[in-house]
Amino acid sequence: MRLSSDQLFFWHYGFVRLNGTILFTWGLMLVLAVGARLITRGLTTETSISRWQCALEIIVTAMKKQIEEVGLKNSARFLPFVGTLFLFIAVANLFTIIPGYEPPTGSLSTTSALALSVFIAVPFFGIKERGLRGYLRSYMEPTMIMLPFNIMGEFSRTLALAVRLFGNMMSGTMILSILFIITPFIFPTVMSALGLLTGMVQAYIFSILALVYIAAAIGPGTLPTKPAKS
Amino acid sequence: MDDMTIIAAASIISAGITMGIGAMGPGLGQGRAVAGALSALAQQPDAASTITRTLFVGLAMIESMAIYCFVISMILIFANPFWNHAIAQVAGK
Repeated sequence: MRLSSDQLFFWHYGFVRLNGTILFTWGLMLVLAVGARLITRGLTTETSISRWQCALEIIVTAMKKQIEEVGLKNSARFLPFVGTLFLFIAVANLFTIIPGYEPPTGSLSTTSALALSVFIAVPFFGIKERGLRGYLRSYMEPTMIMLPFNIMGEFSRTLALAVRLFGNMMSGTMILSILFIITPFIFPTVMSALGLLTGMVQAYIFSILALVYIAAAIGPGTLPTKPAKS
Repeated sequence: MDDMTIIAAASIISAGITMGIGAMGPGLGQGRAVAGALSALAQQPDAASTITRTLFVGLAMIESMAIYCFVISMILIFANPFWNHAIAQVAGK
């Protein structure tokens, strides 16, 4: 039994090996990029808009609203990064309804790459917003004693981000394949429907956690003075 | 019992124990979290979106403990490094 799509090889030449994770990730990138290009080609501001444009507008507006609810005022700055994370993970998990597809998020290499990009983006946004000194000072925020714990927390939460997404998606695939052995007909369908829900929730949680970490790095200086209305 | 039997038995038994104990703690924690969120929702239905978002994030944090245990038990069963080492030693002889 395979743990992830890393061990599913399609083609290899010398030491270059094309495994399932890379292939499905490329496919997803192609679908996302071409789809976005096709939809945004005919954008209009008239009263009647196409269905696809309406769908995209709903997604983008919802993401902007979520970013503002976390407490980041200018959502346009964080939307490209966090929105891309959410869209990629959500589409990767939703495509599990296609037979033969294995989610690339079910492999630890993909999820650690995503978690590493969050790990880099947090100091990037923090330094951009508060300056290098201000950001470094946030590591010893309550007292000086907390400095090692804050640094440890930085690494452990990156590990937690990667393993959480990997574990959830891998467990979904694993439970499905075990159920196919035991009760091959109806029950796996129910579980795969549950897997779709879990995938969406995990995409949401991954991007919300990335947002919360970025908001913590930026600090309370940019928080709105009164709680945002929801 | 030879080495491989001991490794196999220990891996399977500890995978079961890992999953059992690892599901217990997060289960209790998630129950408490949901109970708290529900009573907060009953008192302040207006704050539903904030409470739900915080609840989801918190549940994911708690759930990741169980997920760690699951990953460990899956590694013990399907990708056990000690087992592979024993197999490689037997094959090398």
